[in-house]
Amino acid sequence: MQNHINTYWDVLVIGAGNAGLCAAITAAEAGCSVLVIEAANRDMRGGNTRHTRNLRAMHEEPTDILSDAYSFEEYFDDLLRVTKGITNKDLASLTLQKSTELTDWLQERGVRFQPALSGTLNLGRTNAFFLGGGRALLNSLCRHAEGLGVSLIYETAVASLLMQDGFCDGVRLETGDQIRAQKIITTAGGFEANLEWLAEGWGAPAKNFLVRGTPYNTGTILRALLDNGAQPVGELDQCHAVAIDARAPKYDGGIASRIDGVPFGVVLNKNAERFYDEGEDFWPKRYAIWGRLVAGQPDQIAYAILDSVGVKRFMPSVFTPIKDDSLAGLAEQLNLPPEAMQNTISAFNAACPEGEIDQSILDAKATKGLFPNKTNWSAPIAEPPFYGFPLRPGITFTYMGVEVNDRAQIIMKDGKPTANLYAAGEIMAGNVLGQGYLAGIGMTIGAVFGRIAGESAARALNKTVLGD
Amino acid sequence: MNEINLVDLAKSGLNTGRSDIATAETDAHTETARIMQICNACRYCEGFCAVFPAMERRREFTPADTAFLSNLCHHCGACYHACQYAPPHDFGVNVPQTLAERRNETYQQLAWPTPLASLFERNGLVVVMVISACLAAAVGLMLAMISPDLFWGVHLGEGAFYQVMPHTVMAGIPMAITAFALLSFIMGWRRYWQATGAKWRGMPALRDAISATANLRYLGGNNAGNGEGCPTEDDRSSHLRRIYHQLTFYGFMLCFASTSTGTLYHYLLGREAPYGYFELPVILGTVGGVILCIGTAGLWQQKKKMEPAVKSMKHLGMDYAFIWVLFWVSATGLILLAVRETSYMGLALAIHLGLVYGFFLVLPFSKFVHGIYRFAALLADAGEKQPQNLR
Repeated sequence: MQNHINTYWDVLVIGAGNAGLCAAITAAEAGCSVLVIEAANRDMRGGNTRHTRNLRAMHEEPTDILSDAYSFEEYFDDLLRVTKGITNKDLASLTLQKSTELTDWLQERGVRFQPALSGTLNLGRTNAFFLGGGRALLNSLCRHAEGLGVSLIYETAVASLLMQDGFCDGVRLETGDQIRAQKIITTAGGFEANLEWLAEGWGAPAKNFLVRGTPYNTGTILRALLDNGAQPVGELDQCHAVAIDARAPKYDGGIASRIDGVPFGVVLNKNAERFYDEGEDFWPKRYAIWGRLVAGQPDQIAYAILDSVGVKRFMPSVFTPIKDDSLAGLAEQLNLPPEAMQNTISAFNAACPEGEIDQSILDAKATKGLFPNKTNWSAPIAEPPFYGFPLRPGITFTYMGVEVNDRAQIIMKDGKPTANLYAAGEIMAGNVLGQGYLAGIGMTIGAVFGRIAGESAARALNKTVLGD
Repeated sequence: MNEINLVDLAKSGLNTGRSDIATAETDAHTETARIMQICNACRYCEGFCAVFPAMERRREFTPADTAFLSNLCHHCGACYHACQYAPPHDFGVNVPQTLAERRNETYQQLAWPTPLASLFERNGLVVVMVISACLAAAVGLMLAMISPDLFWGVHLGEGAFYQVMPHTVMAGIPMAITAFALLSFIMGWRRYWQATGAKWRGMPALRDAISATANLRYLGGNNAGNGEGCPTEDDRSSHLRRIYHQLTFYGFMLCFASTSTGTLYHYLLGREAPYGYFELPVILGTVGGVILCIGTAGLWQQKKKMEPAVKSMKHLGMDYAFIWVLFWVSATGLILLAVRETSYMGLALAIHLGLVYGFFLVLPFSKFVHGIYRFAALLADAGEKQPQNLR
């Protein structure tokens, strides 16, 4: 530790996730001395990268990892659609263009991908899946970085930035020690694990949110940057939030806490009322809005109700559903008003069309006369036993961050870039992702801007970047 | 005491570990089922090996399912290092260790004859004791039966071995032992096949299972078998374990071929051992013995280096004992070859034969059975994953 404190580093990277490691490797390959500091211990390192599985990459023709083609135009259209145009188009274009290089670049640095498989979300065309997921990617990148001479230290949480007139001299750690460097790359994630900060955007409901992502993203660095005059980007309440099992741990539940059964049953609030079209579209296109929907319900709780036919239509979940032979019994177990629940289900069943549903297509088996109606896959909830999953909003990551330019330099409130501060990953994802979500784009933004930040820092130190 | 009493005795407590593999909700089963339910909601590891795709074909995990999945696992450890839910996470997911515990339990549940199943408890000690007893018996009996002049004499030419031990004894003992071992394997296989509900799906499945076995496909780092191997001392991967296991497996097969050709020489050609250095039985045995020594020593080293968190500590004795017995069986064979024209031939032969007899005697109650059940699981898996059998 003393060594790390006494060294004047070329580049200090805060956070050992995907973005931070891409930045560190790029800078080290250019000949910079690089220190990466990580708040978590080695087992829990890498922020939300631990919970990721793939990145979304543009490609003109099939590769060993990606099937078919995914053109710039299609990718850009997808992004505009989900963000409803709330994106910095220049930075978005840059991200998409540079996404083509990522799988090769990562493979050359030890990351392994799995061949295009069916996958859980059937994304084999647009998304490249890491063999073993994000933690395996972290293992490979950390090992590669250390092989290049990058120093990586854990359980090293930053308390504040040593800022003066828009120039950052280094960081003060929670221990009180200081680490100094010429260039500082911030890749410390958002603030999703900071419930108080979430409450600034969401109000009291935030206390009932589960944090699906890493508990280490408390937003300390983001706060320090904003307090020191960095230009914010994105809205305070914008985030990736899905409906997850209410029995999941408060933090770090990750992918396994998700519930995929919504399209094949009904979702009730605590008053046993339906509140949104459960069959609006295929689940992979809709799951990311349900966190927000549940957050809008009283006490931020909801219940997916299915019968014995519906419960077999989706991937099994990590928590066994609550089960009862009668609806009344299920209502009692879930603490829902039994009569209201019976009425809601009866009305729903009566409004369902005749005939089998087909979950492989948008089958237009819609209910009639309900508010809201269910537009696809409406089948009566009639075959006992009945099943219930309690749902809570599960927040994965926040979008509000710092504005950056195409060199990943952090922009100050006066519109000028800082002299030596860079950002990559979740902390600046809001530049590209103003709202909505496109599966795998978080990792793409992190890797692209991580590399850009590493290159920019190295060039500013008069180093020659590989490929220059 | 008749046979029925023996079984009753075994059930009544002498043999407490034994329980029905398809129905018993043991601790190892329960933990396996808990973990598989978490894995089945994650599925990030589906590219590593056969276990995760097989898991994805199931929604619930009965004792029969956990018996199948645990025997399909090659214990490479890749999924542990990749796991976002591994300790210290609240979910505490440790797939390789959990499956190893369950797998070792199934060896006991499947063992035949049933009353001997408890030999799988503290198996390292059992193996060492059986081998030591056989070793002592072989040396002791030979010393007692023949004169010191004969024992310490120099014997040359055809039939030299049989001057210190008659061929009927030397060949008769292993034949009886091998017949017992074979019967035990067949019964174990039957029990496994019935209990797990495995189905015969024809020759393509058999070919696939043989190919997966012959190439050690699932130690290859991905489920195509062409990845970077499996983790060694940390999350770094290498093919060393796969290579050492291949040396062990094929070394063993060569030694087996050596013995078989020797038998043919004896009965068909009417020629008695020892054979010349450049004759088939000796060449096969020498090459086989050398690579078996390298393979087992390598496997031992890889096992030692393996991440401690994924090892099944309770069963390390079984793993190590088996590896070392194999090593010494082949090493003493090579030593015998080296000293067969000296006065140490009698001693070397006694030691080698003691080890070989002990090895085959304890075979059905040793780590060796992993090969039987692994192949059965691979065969069942190969059938299950054929497109026409997928739901």
